[in-house]
Amino acid sequence: MSKELIHLNNISKSFDGQMVLDELNLTIHENEFVTLLGPSGCGKTTTLRILGGFATPDTGSVIFDGQDITNLPPNLRPLNTVFQKYALFTHMNIAENIAFGLKIKKKSKDYIADKIRYALKLVNLEGYENRMPDSLSGGQQQRIAIARAIVNEPRVLLLDEPLGALDLKLRQEMQYELIRMKNELGITFVYVTHDQEEALTMSDTIVVMNQGYIQQIGSPESIYNEPENAFVADFIGDSNIISATMIEDKLVSILGTRFACVDTGFGHNKPVDVVIRPEDVELVPPEEGILQGVVSHLIFKGVHYEMEVMAGGFEWLVHSTALHPVGEKVGIRVDPYNIQIMNKPESEDEEAVAIDI
Amino acid sequence: MRNALKKFYIALIFLFLYAPIATLMVLSFNASKTRAKWGGFTFKWYVQLVHNDDILRALGNTLLIALLSSVIATVIGTIACIAMNTMKKRTRTIMMGITNIPMLNADIVTGISLMLLFISFGLRFGMGTILLSHITFNIPYVILSVMPRMKQLNPSVYEAALDLGAPPVTAFFKVVFPDLTPGILSGFLMAFTMSLDDFIITHFTKGAGVDTLSTKIYTEVRKGIKPEMYALSTIIFVAVLVLLLLVNAAPDKKEGKTRV
Repeated sequence: MSKELIHLNNISKSFDGQMVLDELNLTIHENEFVTLLGPSGCGKTTTLRILGGFATPDTGSVIFDGQDITNLPPNLRPLNTVFQKYALFTHMNIAENIAFGLKIKKKSKDYIADKIRYALKLVNLEGYENRMPDSLSGGQQQRIAIARAIVNEPRVLLLDEPLGALDLKLRQEMQYELIRMKNELGITFVYVTHDQEEALTMSDTIVVMNQGYIQQIGSPESIYNEPENAFVADFIGDSNIISATMIEDKLVSILGTRFACVDTGFGHNKPVDVVIRPEDVELVPPEEGILQGVVSHLIFKGVHYEMEVMAGGFEWLVHSTALHPVGEKVGIRVDPYNIQIMNKPESEDEEAVAIDI
Repeated sequence: MRNALKKFYIALIFLFLYAPIATLMVLSFNASKTRAKWGGFTFKWYVQLVHNDDILRALGNTLLIALLSSVIATVIGTIACIAMNTMKKRTRTIMMGITNIPMLNADIVTGISLMLLFISFGLRFGMGTILLSHITFNIPYVILSVMPRMKQLNPSVYEAALDLGAPPVTAFFKVVFPDLTPGILSGFLMAFTMSLDDFIITHFTKGAGVDTLSTKIYTEVRKGIKPEMYALSTIIFVAVLVLLLLVNAAPDKKEGKTRV
């Protein structure tokens, strides 16, 4: 992995006696796309504001490229922010908006003109110099907000739910745009969102947060396939989270039935949580299944059918392209490598809280 | 038929509202000294007015006080709004309530209490005390017109300016202030009008020998009504009318901008 750029050391922050961040530690590397992902109130925006200098941590320090910037005001920090509601300057035209930071830094007229052209080209809005922000659509305003930030050549771009206000189609389009821009600029992106799909699509690294704690840090694949606890499993995608007992290495007892798995090192007869993704549950004829059950619900979701199967006293969520009507007797089978074993949470703080978003 | 009735009704309302002022205006052009008969059209009362040193001095005082008090009240009121905007909602509501009370207070109460306050502080009555009292009653009007603008502001705009490298003061004047301008401008004009218009509070706080237009008219009228006063009142009415039109037109310019 490339050079380490930002360290957050033991950051704690509370508002009105309410703990928002508790001893948070995080390292961000150069040229990394890091996403802070979590439900509202998990501390992700506060973390971003501490990075940007808009909030000061109660304890802990922010180290940027070896320097302590904890108490540096935002106007002196080598990073720029793209705000959730764009925050364009409505009394200035697009060119003036983009030039704002450069004029403060007293850059030459030619330099500024070049930069404006370059930035507008990067965000695909050439020729918009003289338009007013009000006359642009939400997506266009967001692009201008990005252009205004990147002309200052920040080493890190902070993005606070920048696609939150856009409609689905535009959001998906902008996700690809953002990846392209990041690759073109070669700088670090720190991205805040509560949208797991956005996080999975764009990130190099996802930091899943809940209640002021980091739940898991990892690549999108590892977060999705190997969630470390029930909160992460539940927050990222749909999943079946079942209490189980690890009998021995590579053998787990789920709902009283023995399943082969691939995990080792959990000990003997230890209570654990298992996660099985709904697309990993195979429905087979009853006699071929490890568990037998009855289909209780069926919904057509477009790409697949979503079914609930009552088996072993648990309602299994199943995604399958094959239709099994309600009332049909089916067998359930899960491949050993699709069973993810997790330790039970040790303390209340780690206790996973499922929040619907 | 119904339409005609409606029109008649409206005409009646306007007649009642504006007949007194219209009478005054007509009389200000009346060549005859008595109100009873029309002696032909003349500008002579206006001419006499312009040559009356007392009146001109009072006019000067009025304009000076209106200008100074509205400028100072605008600065204080705007700063107050910035502070109130950072308060918690509850505290802010209470503060807004407190600043609104003086507007609802009867002028005579405000006037007498200011007078008593100035006496107890041992201030010499004159231009200074008039100015102080005008600033006092003007501040709430400024706050009333700036605060809604303030609340509409997107707080991220200020942060965005900081983020792009502007120090706090630069950030305020470059991005927050322009968004507040329509509110500040209409607050200023409202304060100016209120100051121009005031009689009661000035009457209690002016001291001997100093007059503004309204107190001057009052003294003159007690001595017997001269047509010059009609002319003067007409001018004041027109001036205030123009100012009010300006106040109402100012915010429209911003909002009237076309959206594509």
